[in-house]
Amino acid sequence: MIKTENLSKTYNSKGNSVLALNEISLSIEEGEFISIVGPSGSGKTTLLLCMGGLIHPSQGKVTIEGVSIYDLDVKKRAIFRLRNLGFVFQTFNLIPYLTAQENVEIPLSLAGTSDGTQSEKATELLQRLGLADRLNHKPRELSIGEQQRVAIARALANSPKIILADEPTGNLDPDTTNETVGYLRSLNQAGITVVMVTHNPGVAEYAQRTLRLVDGRLTE
Amino acid sequence: MNLRRIILKELLERKKQFLTSFIAILLGIIVIVAVKSVSNSSEKAVAIQLDNLGANILVLPQTTTIDNYYAADINAPEMPEDYVDRIASSTIPGVDNLSPKLSARINVQNHSLVLTGILPKNELASKPIWQTAGFADPGLQAACDPNNIMNRSLGYEDPKLQRQVIDSLGEYDCLVGSDVASKLSLKEGSGIKIKGTELKVAKVLPQTGTVDDGRIFVHLHTAQKILGKGRVVNAIEIMGCCAAISEGLLGNLRNILPDTKITTINHIVQTQVETNKTMEKFSVIFLIIIILVGGISIGNYMWSNVEERKREIGSLLAIGASPRDVYFIFIGKALILGLIGGIAGYLLGTLAGMILGPQIAGVKVLPIPLLFVWAVVIAVGISVIASYLPARRAAKLDPALILQEI
Repeated sequence: MIKTENLSKTYNSKGNSVLALNEISLSIEEGEFISIVGPSGSGKTTLLLCMGGLIHPSQGKVTIEGVSIYDLDVKKRAIFRLRNLGFVFQTFNLIPYLTAQENVEIPLSLAGTSDGTQSEKATELLQRLGLADRLNHKPRELSIGEQQRVAIARALANSPKIILADEPTGNLDPDTTNETVGYLRSLNQAGITVVMVTHNPGVAEYAQRTLRLVDGRLTE
Repeated sequence: MNLRRIILKELLERKKQFLTSFIAILLGIIVIVAVKSVSNSSEKAVAIQLDNLGANILVLPQTTTIDNYYAADINAPEMPEDYVDRIASSTIPGVDNLSPKLSARINVQNHSLVLTGILPKNELASKPIWQTAGFADPGLQAACDPNNIMNRSLGYEDPKLQRQVIDSLGEYDCLVGSDVASKLSLKEGSGIKIKGTELKVAKVLPQTGTVDDGRIFVHLHTAQKILGKGRVVNAIEIMGCCAAISEGLLGNLRNILPDTKITTINHIVQTQVETNKTMEKFSVIFLIIIILVGGISIGNYMWSNVEERKREIGSLLAIGASPRDVYFIFIGKALILGLIGGIAGYLLGTLAGMILGPQIAGVKVLPIPLLFVWAVVIAVGISVIASYLPARRAAKLDPALILQEI
């Protein structure tokens, strides 16, 4: 389902170049729950964003469902992301001036869904995640755990086949961490492929397979 | 949810930041609209004033003086009547009316009077003060702009009206000024003999307080016969459109009548021209100020807005928004800012003009719809141009750099 071949990424800044990914080749099958672990600066997030079509690699290829995503132009890659991928971030990245429901409606709107369907689907997703009474609340009016659930609902809006989660529990307390990982597991059980970056070994254990990155290299 | 709603929601959420830029553009538009409204009304008022004064350009023989003309010196130089046709058949814009005259001092019953030959239609049309006495249709007043709807509705372009005026003065009819009527005890229907020619008084003109009160007006061709002159005149009064005068009407007339002296009521035209120039300068200065202050303020606001919303932009791109969507969000916001600034600026500027116009320029100011278009175009233009670079930067942001959290 997701395949990387000799994936390398070098950042150049002020005359210095940093090798963030060094010839990573991996394959993730449909329906897998993968965790990527490693120390800070090891290239975990870079790898995840490369797989999500958000960082153009310096070398190598990323193929998702047979499509070499960096061979697509910017617009087509955005459409590909919209239809196939869902992102969950450590700091949730919800739009602060929109309500929970409106935040979930954004990807639906970008996909051209009608207003009525947007509202219906967003409500249904938030209800499924236990936020039926928080539809019209803005992020600042929600708890951290609730914000992360809104972010998960937003990631699920266009029924993606893959969820890419970057430290989804990084800002959460133990109870909310368990709750969030529980949601990701249930999504995986429903057939969605989940790739999760984490530096928490306990959270990584929930995954079926763990990939370790050190200095941009895959070590296991 | 759609991109337009995202723009509006963000505007409402960050009202204070928005207000600073909005006020900058609003104030600029208010000042421009107010200055333009007042200057425009002032120009119109002066133009109407000039029209109401009657003829404002004099074509005289080269060797004559203005004093000769007003004194109606019997030896005043003359010029061919054909000059009238030369002007009439030219395509010079701004000549609203022609009034050829032949004047000479005569003695009637031991009174020294001035006999003036006129072509009545033109003479009456260029003397609005007489029109109130019923000699002409009010449609011939304020004729500076024949395309003016009001003038058309009053029949300015109706040829029948003008013919009716010509017919009102027959070959042996005369119009007498109020002083002449009182000195010679004349009234409507009286007879008067001038150099052997019997004339009938068609109308006694109301007092004007000018030299016209001491004149006897007859048809130009009758005057030429009485005075024993050929087809000559010693002055052609022209009612020139005041805007056309400032745009070079005098020069154009000089080109077709090189051997004449062409003069105008200089001080009035110059005042108007100077007022226009001053107002024009003010408008240009304010336009430059609004472009600089408004543009810098909006540009600065947009840059900070992009910086502040980097994470939001990154997540939108990650979700599936294209750089074009992000660009639209910022340019759309600039469009709204300009649109609201332009509309509100026009309304408040017009209101300011209506309140201040009578106090500053002594003129009544009415809303000018064309300024609405200008206000919106300027406000939207400045706002969109100032936001172009920030919007482009937002669209080109690297989501990876924004979203890398560790």
